[in-house]
Amino acid sequence: MSSTDTLELTEVELELAKPFACAVWNDPVNLMSYVTHVFMTYFNYSKSKAEQLMLQVHHEGRAFVSHGDREKIERDVAAMHEFGLWATVEQGG
Amino acid sequence: MAHAFERSITGKIIGRLDAVEQALLRSLLQQLAVLLHESDDGAAQDPIAQLVGIQDLAERPVDPALLRLFPDAYRDDEAAANDFRRYTEVALRAKKTSEADAAIAILDRADSKVELSEAEAKLMLAALNNTRLVLATRLGLTDETTLEQLLIAEQDSGGAAHLYEWLTWLQETLVRAVMRDETN
Repeated sequence: MSSTDTLELTEVELELAKPFACAVWNDPVNLMSYVTHVFMTYFNYSKSKAEQLMLQVHHEGRAFVSHGDREKIERDVAAMHEFGLWATVEQGG
Repeated sequence: MAHAFERSITGKIIGRLDAVEQALLRSLLQQLAVLLHESDDGAAQDPIAQLVGIQDLAERPVDPALLRLFPDAYRDDEAAANDFRRYTEVALRAKKTSEADAAIAILDRADSKVELSEAEAKLMLAALNNTRLVLATRLGLTDETTLEQLLIAEQDSGGAAHLYEWLTWLQETLVRAVMRDETN
């Protein structure tokens, strides 16, 4: 293994290295189908990715649905509030 | 009543709601619109505030239903949460208000069928969701106090919990009708 190999980050690692995250929290009102629809239309996620995140919200109480700089995450959180989802800006994630 | 919203073979979204159901839905949307209009503290009417989309004094709502519509964006940072509110709440309130008004206007022009364009379906979806958020807060629906318990407590009186259940079903049919297009 050459030394440069260890510096290469996978796309997932890069995504996780971004400092802010948009957290979506579970609530008893938002329908599972609606939450999936929101993740698909706003984030342009595939149906399977959107469903996976929705189930994570449902079962674990919270999911980090996007990562990025503060400006992007605040935009995402504002959009989630427009859809009626309970979302917050989190550091790290 | 067995269908509510569905996508027709020709791709249109159609709500089959009788006159009583339409009137009921309209009155619930009207209550949402009133709540949103009344909670306006004047800043949204200030043309300059509207223009720049910033509120000088964006106060955290006291009414839990409004707090659910306009939640804190930061959990443990009051200053950041207030800043976020200052910059976003005017636009967010305007959006939710216009969705409620648009949903009412759609019902006003409907006959025995409620026909929706894709854009109208999304407006209706958002307005239905906001109505359910408010109603759920008023009912005290939480993870601990379930809808089943509230329905039992109400028995067959056809009260707010039953209305909530009906709205939930209505929204579910509309989401499915909208998503049929996205997933095909």
